[in-house]
Amino acid sequence: MSWFKRLKEGIQTATRNKKEAPEGLWYKCDRCKETSTAKELRENFHKCPKCNYHTRIGSDDYFEIIFDAEYQLLHEELKSKDALSFEDVKSYPQRLEEAYKKNSVSDAITVALGNIDDNKLVIACMDFSFIGGSMGSVVGERISRAIDSAIASQCPLLIISKSGGARMMESAYSLMQMAKTSAKLTLLARAGYPFFSLMTDPTTGGVTASFAMLGDINMAEPECLIGFAGPRVIKETIKRELPEGFQTAEFLLEKGFLDFIVDRKNLKETMRDLLVLFAKS
Amino acid sequence: MIFLEFEKPLASLYEQLEKLKEIGEAGDIDVSSQISVFEEKISEKRKEIYSNLSGWERVQLSRHPERPYTLFYTNKMCDQFIELHGDRHFQDDKAIVGGLATFNGQTVVIIGHQKGINTKMRQYRNFGMANPEGYRKALRLMKLAERFNFPVITLIDTPGAFPGIEAEERGQAEAIARNLFEMAQLRVPIICVIIGEGASGGAIGIGLGDRVFMLENTWYSVISPESCSSILWRSWDYKEQAADALKLTADNMFSAGLIDGIIKEPIGGAHSNPDEMAELLKAKIIETLAEIQPKDPEVRILERIEKYSKMGVYDEVFDVPEPVETAASKKSSKKK
Repeated sequence: MSWFKRLKEGIQTATRNKKEAPEGLWYKCDRCKETSTAKELRENFHKCPKCNYHTRIGSDDYFEIIFDAEYQLLHEELKSKDALSFEDVKSYPQRLEEAYKKNSVSDAITVALGNIDDNKLVIACMDFSFIGGSMGSVVGERISRAIDSAIASQCPLLIISKSGGARMMESAYSLMQMAKTSAKLTLLARAGYPFFSLMTDPTTGGVTASFAMLGDINMAEPECLIGFAGPRVIKETIKRELPEGFQTAEFLLEKGFLDFIVDRKNLKETMRDLLVLFAKS
Repeated sequence: MIFLEFEKPLASLYEQLEKLKEIGEAGDIDVSSQISVFEEKISEKRKEIYSNLSGWERVQLSRHPERPYTLFYTNKMCDQFIELHGDRHFQDDKAIVGGLATFNGQTVVIIGHQKGINTKMRQYRNFGMANPEGYRKALRLMKLAERFNFPVITLIDTPGAFPGIEAEERGQAEAIARNLFEMAQLRVPIICVIIGEGASGGAIGIGLGDRVFMLENTWYSVISPESCSSILWRSWDYKEQAADALKLTADNMFSAGLIDGIIKEPIGGAHSNPDEMAELLKAKIIETLAEIQPKDPEVRILERIEKYSKMGVYDEVFDVPEPVETAASKKSSKKK
């Protein structure tokens, strides 16, 4: 007599759902579990060709999608520093070292200046793979300098957010980046250049509660998670299940916090249109 | 009297003192000299304990159930205080209070987190955790202050902005972000004081100002020590270590250049002598207003933005990158 009784006969997992696809050639969708070739995925703007799931991509991919020909990386000189000698189960320098090894980017945000047609644009784009896209001093300073660059280049700014929130290892320095980035954005507004905010999966915590929500235009990729508190924290606080679709881009659009949702394949066109519209003021 | 864990040595001394007093009241023996010896001992012990508090002990002090909250200070520091309610959009938040006050002969707007003084009131105040309408009420009052040229004083004491379903639906993140954006460019002086807990976005949501101070036994951090322990150590048991690692005390924050000053508390903490605490706070605010109020609003705003722009620590390594070509441009150059 076994402890668990199988009520339904014949429950089986299809082989394609069981086995991990080999790296490089194949992509197995996290959501629909369907398999496509890596090439198909890439040509479909890194969206699942079967279910349109927008996979998490890096800043270089976004620059590639949005900018025309070439672009110039800016403010790469800034490097994270362990000012507080922070140590939990690992030390902060150790975590940074691992992040450098794992990534081609030099911190959780990369800034670049490029063009769409004749219009210049500064993009600051976050990378989730770098310590969860967490906001530390370098992220704050790069945004601050990206704002300076936009003003100096007389062009709009796009920030693409993708972050778990604050970088705890920088404690209050990290918290103050919320104030810093928001305060600096007032200077961009004063100078008369628009700020576009694109939220992607996931955008949470201090990033949402500062620059991400302050766009003159707030956009998001389909179905991405956007919130202040993470779903787990909310569930633990209120002690009940969260409603279906809670904290998705569609949910925020419905509640009035987004201007629109943009599919990644239309991202460049959308940015082109916005630049043209705002250039006519 | 409520004693915290690290105050236990005081508790036994107080117990003995009470017994002595009882004997004294019975009248047969003169114990006055012994009483004064004990009082001396207590005050020395207290000084000893309080001269060397750890981060976690200060976190406990900041949460002391007898600690004075915003409405205590408004009553003590101001000749008049009229509480103003509501954000004009959704409802009145009970965790953030605000209103017009007569302070040192002038009208000011005071806004602060409010915690409850007993179980029922703590629930009513949602433990000092505001919803978006709390931040929006705060902004409404700041805009009112701006129109009539009243300085703004904010008192911060929150375990965090409330993480609930409705808070997310009504845009907790947007409300905090909007406050940061507007406070950065508010034309009147803003003075912020952490009077208890300064937890993350919930604190900074009313905490951007020309001058930010912390009372001596308070903390200010990007996350509470408990949550930090649960995320980084994956257990709730490392809150003491987390409190140390986060460098969250007033001393830490001042030496990091992230706050502008520390306001001393009476020995034994703000709760041991709330009236004295209110006087110390009032004196600091008067002194600070005298310094920043005469400035030209435009200068004050730019100095404020400049102050926050400088916050952060990083290295600078110069190594100018080459332009990067996109795939599209590579293709077109091949064609050529």
